[in-house]
Amino acid sequence: MTANDRWSSKEMILQYRARQKRRQAIAYAFMYLAAAFAVATMLAIIGFIFTKGISEISWEFLTSDVHDAGREGGILPIIINTLYLVGLGLLFAAPLSVLAAIYMTEYSKQGILIKIIRYFTSNLAGIPSIIFGLFGFMFFAKILGWSWSLLSGSATIAIVILPTLIRTSEEAILTVPAGYKEGSLALGATKWQTMVKVVIPTASPGIINGIILGMGRIVGETAALVFTLGSGTDIASSLMSSARSLSLHLFILANEGISTSKAYATATVLIVIVLILNLIAGWFGKRINRYKDAR
Amino acid sequence: METVMLDTGISERGDMQKSRVKVGIKKLDLFYSDFQALKDVNMDIEEKKVTALIGPSGCGKSTFLRCINRMNDLIPGCKVTGDILIDGTDIYKENIDVAYLRKEVGMVFQKPNPFELSVFDNIAYGPRTHGLRDKKKLEIIVERSLRHAALWDEVKDRLNKTAMGLSGGQQQRLCIARVLAVEPSIVLMDEPTSALDPISTGKIEDLIAALKNDYTIIIVTHNMQQAARVSDYTAFFLLGDMIEMGPTTRVFQLPGDKRTEDYITGRFG
Repeated sequence: MTANDRWSSKEMILQYRARQKRRQAIAYAFMYLAAAFAVATMLAIIGFIFTKGISEISWEFLTSDVHDAGREGGILPIIINTLYLVGLGLLFAAPLSVLAAIYMTEYSKQGILIKIIRYFTSNLAGIPSIIFGLFGFMFFAKILGWSWSLLSGSATIAIVILPTLIRTSEEAILTVPAGYKEGSLALGATKWQTMVKVVIPTASPGIINGIILGMGRIVGETAALVFTLGSGTDIASSLMSSARSLSLHLFILANEGISTSKAYATATVLIVIVLILNLIAGWFGKRINRYKDAR
Repeated sequence: METVMLDTGISERGDMQKSRVKVGIKKLDLFYSDFQALKDVNMDIEEKKVTALIGPSGCGKSTFLRCINRMNDLIPGCKVTGDILIDGTDIYKENIDVAYLRKEVGMVFQKPNPFELSVFDNIAYGPRTHGLRDKKKLEIIVERSLRHAALWDEVKDRLNKTAMGLSGGQQQRLCIARVLAVEPSIVLMDEPTSALDPISTGKIEDLIAALKNDYTIIIVTHNMQQAARVSDYTAFFLLGDMIEMGPTTRVFQLPGDKRTEDYITGRFG
């Protein structure tokens, strides 16, 4: 091959490189813009809510009862009822979803039935929560006669987060290396011993991550609770008490035009709680990745 | 032609009078759905000896190994016919307790697979699984197993730290110690050094030599030098058939089958 046969020349390659570099610069510019826009939107919303709400927030607001349907007073009972709702919702949903995930990944034959169940759980996760609210109202409040209560609300919210929890638990279990299971079984452990002692502990950061995301969902949920939780403003004294969660309180304050300033203050508290939950979830997410590196 | 010459101290007959058959395999066939992975395998494996299984990838040697502790039960569509007798008991009989079988027949895997637990809890896992709760006894077993696996001195100061921080070679010896802790009589090893560096490999090979005083060891290996170094007997597998088996020195120096010779001399595989 002589020099004249070469397809490339230095000049041609450099020209081409320059063009590719320009293209890359333009692509970067668009990416930065898109990212900046996303961040700016979020900051604008949070900033807007905070500036409107922060002046209302005081120690007293956080620690006193609701007065005059929310026009006066604070939100202590609402915060406590929100915690009750989160606790009860997880109490129903977490064990159920972990057991379902274990069954789906380890015990069932991986056939058509499992595919159907997977299809429904992933679709269930996309159904608007107002549908669950309607179902909860018909089934828990009316048919089972639980009326508007903490029990109806938390049962409904448990169903709302169930598909997500099953999904995340399933994924967490599936990331446990097959070698761990084999190692345990080869030592003479039963399948259940292997599950309880090796697989679930190894999958636990992922499962806990899902549970924290579920908590965020419960705290932020409104539509599923409007027809089921009720609107009581006192600290719930029993499972049958009518109650409000923060987001429901916010909805009622804004919807019925009771107090805009209290609504913003409630929204601020809500955002702070959700942000904290997301931070914790992110921390657990990092822990899962750390385990993945170790493999 | 170059074959590996090693005096394993076993002549064709010599020691054989004293030995007894630990695992007897008779007419073993294994199917993955329609595919036959093992064809009419017959083999006697002697007690307290090291038996190496060699052969090219996909020849069925690992599949065969996993029949002996019934790990193949986990694979859907896998069907085994024929008999495997351990101390005269057919392990594929209906009333066999598979968990107990696996306690008797330990297994070390290709990739070290310690649990995400402390060194101590890794070793104690097996005994605890089988119902031992006594802390004192567990401590004794953990130390004994780690010493037996030549790992004690390296980990005695970090028993409560995670096993994931150990090196690959240490992890593999930990896995061997974990097997020893449940007091098996047979140890299966599925290419135990293929993920390890030469120094760690040497340590595991020394360990195998020491362990055969107490255990019957069956090892799958891709490394023929390793088979020659560590084993008393060698079986050569090809495409699901067990081509030949004999004392390692004899198989390597005087293979009885042309295919064995071709494989050992590196003409294929």
